[in-house]
This record gives sequence, structure tokens and C-alpha cells, in this order.
Amino acid sequence: MPDEGHEMSQGQAHKTLSVPEVTSMVAFAATALLCLYIASGSVDPAYSFHVYLFAAGSIGAIFALGNRYMGRPVTIPQEIDGKPNYNMAPVQFAVVAAVFWGIAGFTVGLIIASQLAWPALNFDLPWINFGRLRPLHTSAVIFAFGGNVLLATSFYVVQKTCRARLAGEIAPWFVILGYNFFIVIAGTGYLLGITQGKEYAEPEWYADLFLTVVWVVYLLVFLATLWKRKEPHIFVANWFYLAFIVTIAVLHLGNNAAIPVSIFSPKSYIVWSGVQDAMFQWWYGHNAVGFFLTAGFLAIMYYFVPKRAERPIYSYRLSIVHFWALIFLYIWAGPHHLHYTALPDWAQTLGMTFSVMLWMPSWGGMINGLMTLSGAWDKLRTDPVLRMMVVSLAFYGMSTFEGPLMSIKAVNSLSHYTDWTIGHVHSGALGWVAYISFGAVYCLVPWLWNRKQLYSNRLVEWHFWVSTLGIVFYISAMWVAGIMQGLMWRAYTALGFLEYSFIETVDAMHPYYVIRAFGGALFVIGSLIMAYNLIMTVRAGEAAEPEATPALVPAE
Amino acid sequence: MFDISHETLVAFSKSWGLFYLMGFFLCVVAYAFWPSNRKRFDRAKTSILDREDKPWK
Repeated sequence: MPDEGHEMSQGQAHKTLSVPEVTSMVAFAATALLCLYIASGSVDPAYSFHVYLFAAGSIGAIFALGNRYMGRPVTIPQEIDGKPNYNMAPVQFAVVAAVFWGIAGFTVGLIIASQLAWPALNFDLPWINFGRLRPLHTSAVIFAFGGNVLLATSFYVVQKTCRARLAGEIAPWFVILGYNFFIVIAGTGYLLGITQGKEYAEPEWYADLFLTVVWVVYLLVFLATLWKRKEPHIFVANWFYLAFIVTIAVLHLGNNAAIPVSIFSPKSYIVWSGVQDAMFQWWYGHNAVGFFLTAGFLAIMYYFVPKRAERPIYSYRLSIVHFWALIFLYIWAGPHHLHYTALPDWAQTLGMTFSVMLWMPSWGGMINGLMTLSGAWDKLRTDPVLRMMVVSLAFYGMSTFEGPLMSIKAVNSLSHYTDWTIGHVHSGALGWVAYISFGAVYCLVPWLWNRKQLYSNRLVEWHFWVSTLGIVFYISAMWVAGIMQGLMWRAYTALGFLEYSFIETVDAMHPYYVIRAFGGALFVIGSLIMAYNLIMTVRAGEAAEPEATPALVPAE
Repeated sequence: MFDISHETLVAFSKSWGLFYLMGFFLCVVAYAFWPSNRKRFDRAKTSILDREDKPWK
């Protein structure tokens, strides 16, 4: 990892460009030139736009590196007065990005929920029709909001639990900014009609390639920080983060093994064919749930719940068994997305069996998190942030019970392709992922901006109750809608004909879609309350400690 | 000469695939409950709480 200023001579310190600085600048310059060449030959306007964005981003990165060089001291110390000189600026950026993308993603969700209830809201415009906005919503909430929460918390937790400064100086910034740049490319691509049509893996080959580079650097920064650790044991949260980073890399490479038509075209074709491609897609899709939305957020649970409750984890041993059981079972569960398809029967049964077994580690983890509060349950009454995290664990328990249930073939024959699935996903995504994220962000903002406490606990209460009500409206509407849909689809008349035409089942959904959109609106309102509270915490909060002297050694 | 058919793979995964998973599970449980690891885990458990974690500046 970059070790700046190591070339400085003893005594007379003078600043020179470090090796990582030079190589990054050269790499960015080469990328910019390549992009301009590609833009010259591209015939697809949306693709040209993206290539120009890459060129502009690369040139911007060169200027940012130069600017940073001018401002930085000769050396950045690893420790100051025997305490680690933590690198929290990239974490701050990712927290802000998470809140921004969260609100954007929830709002797009509200728009598409309203489009389902009132189709006129598509306005017959290609850019904002449901088909393009839906991947924008899923990517914005999963990858933009969830991803930035994971980047922020992983960089925070790995430093704190290793008692070491983040490895590298440029690399962490490349990870955070590069990841957010990828989000912009992906999101604008969907609106302009660029997609490879794989659910949760819509971005085309060039965006995937760029994300691969970002992700490998992410892994290296994380590993190198673990390598530098001052603690003998790697704290369990870091294991979950590492499993998340490594597995997402493998999934991303496997499911995006596509060959572009030409470097002048955004279009590519996947190397897998037919049912193998379907199996790859859902191996990817379900493990995106398992390792992105579960392992990563369990890492948050294992650090932030004990910190907030000021209690050690209920059982460290259980956390180890939880970890290995979870990652070894999850990876096999994907085929349950392909019940009653051309996928071989044994593969479907395997997916179902592993999904059912997965219930145990999931609940083991939930119990470990909940029992961490034993002896401190009274804090639930006084600390709404902790309550949010505990409720997230309750939702985690609920949706990890519902998931195995729905993976059973007989149940799946009713639930598959219906809104029950949407309800299930949202009880996990809103109840578990978003709530544990909100809890972590409510913890992080005062810690990172040196504030004594949040601006207002009452506003956290409001956020909690408004959005909990929203989730309840959302998931109960989807349960009713989904089961009704499934029953209507399989209803036969006495003569053996289908009782309902498809459009009749769509029509029957209308009231539930309205209720769902209302629940979503409450959730958006809750997130706006959070954003206001966080902004006021930073702007008007009371400093926790007098500002320390600048952490950097003067350059002379 | 190797003759890896579908049946061969299925037979292999139904036997050794199962055994390695069970074996791995036993190793994890042994590691987690090994008496001499207790001290290390207890330390890790409390390490995040009992030392500085105030604002970083």
C-alpha cells in the first residue's frame, strides 16, 4: 500500500510526488486518452456520454491528485501521541453519500409504487417509465445507499478494531469516489436505456470492468489494514466484511462474464447459455442478498449494537459458528429462485434444502444480536437509535423465517412471481437493512463530526415511528396482494378453465398498490426527518471534545 | 483416462461434498469451543468497548 514520503531524507524534509501519486496520475491520464479515442468511434449517443464522463472523471482525478499533493504534508503519520491517526475523511464522504442516495432511492421507489397504482404516472416517456425506473430504484437503494453504508462502516470499523490507520492514502479515496462514480454511470445508463437485462446486475460491461478495479482496490485496502492491526485477534465484524468483499467480487465476475460487441458499443453478450445463465444469475442474485445485504450488515450489527448498548456481544463463540455456518450455507441457496423452471429438479431441491437450513444460522445471529442487550433492555426505552437497531434485528428474524418458508417448493408455487416476494424483500430491505443502516449512521455522524450527541432524539423517535408505520403498511399490503394474486392465478372454473384473466388480477391489486405507495411515502418522510436531524447535528451540535490541535505535522 | 460424467459428479458431491461440509463444521465448532481460545475471545469481545472510541480527532 502507498507509503508516502518514505523517500524523504533525514532532517531536511522536502516534498516529492510519491510512487502511488505518480502511477495514479499516469493511469488516469491513460484512461482519459483511451476514453477520448473510444468516444471518437462510438455511434451510440448514450455510450458516448458515458465515455466522456469517464474522461472528465479521469481528468478531474488528476487535478484532485495534484491539488492534494500541494496541500498535504511531507509525511502523514500513522500514529500521533501513541494513538492511531485514523483516516476518517473518506468515511465522512461515504456517510453523506449514503444519506443522499438513500433519499433518492426511496423517492424513486415511491414513484414506481405510484406508477403501479396509477399507470398514467408513466407519462408515456421512455426515460421515466417503470421498466427503467425500477432498476434505478433497486440499484439506488441496494448499491448506492447500502453500498455507501457498507463502505463507510467497513472503513470505520476496520480502523477502530485494528487500532490502525487505513492502509494507503489515495486508495481509500479511489474506492469511495470510484464506487460513487460507478453508481452515476449505472443510474444514468438505466434512464438512457443501457442495460444488460440481468436483475441487480444491469450495468453493461464497461461499468462492470470499472467496478472490478474499484472492488479489487477495496479488498486490498481492507486486507492491508487488517495486516497492520495492533490487536492480536481479528474482530468478528471484520470477518463478515471480508466475506462480503470477497464474495461480491467472485459473484460480480461470474455473473458478468460478458464479451462486448466492440469497444465502441455498450452492448455485450454473456458467455453462459440458457439455463446455466439463469443459474449464474440467481447464484449471483441470491448471494447479493446473502453477502451484500446480510453479511455486510451483520458486520454492522456485531460492531454497532455492542457499542451502542455498551455491552459485549452476547456470545463470541456463537458469532464464530454463526459466521461460518452462514457463509457456507448461503452460497447454495440461489436455485430457489428457479423453482419449476428448466433448472434440473435436483438443483431446485438443493436450493430449497439449503435455504431451509439457512434459517438456523440466521436466527443464531439474530439471537446473538438481541441477547447482547440482556441486562440493558431499559435502554430501548430511552435510546431510539438502539431501538431502531433492535427492531432491525426483529425484522431480520422475521424475513429470514419467511424466506426459507417461501423457498419450499409447495409454498413457492403459490408465492412465486407474486407481490408476496416484493413484500418479503421489503421487510428485509426496509426493516433489516435500512434500519440497521439508519442506526449505524445515527451513531457515526456524532462520532465522525465530533459531536456530543445527535441534534434531537425526539426527531429520531419521529423517524422511527413514521417509517415503522410505513413498513407495516407496505408489507401487509403486499402479503394480502401477493396471496390473492397467487390464488387468483391458480383458480379454475368447474369446466377446467382459468377463472380470471390476467388483467382482472391486475385490477384487483389496485387498492393494495395504493396502500403500498402510502407506506412508501411514510418511509421517505422518515428518511427526510433523519437527514434534517443529521444536518443539524453537524451544523448546530455541541462539540464532544475541544478541537484537538491539527493532526498533521507541519511540512516546514 | 478420466471419465467425468454427470453421475460421477453427483456421486462425488453426495458423498465427499457432504463429508467436507460436515468436517468443516466440526472444525469450526472445535475452534469456537476450544478451551484455550476462551481468553482470546473474551478479550476480543470486550476490546471494542473498553478502550478509546471517542470522536477520532
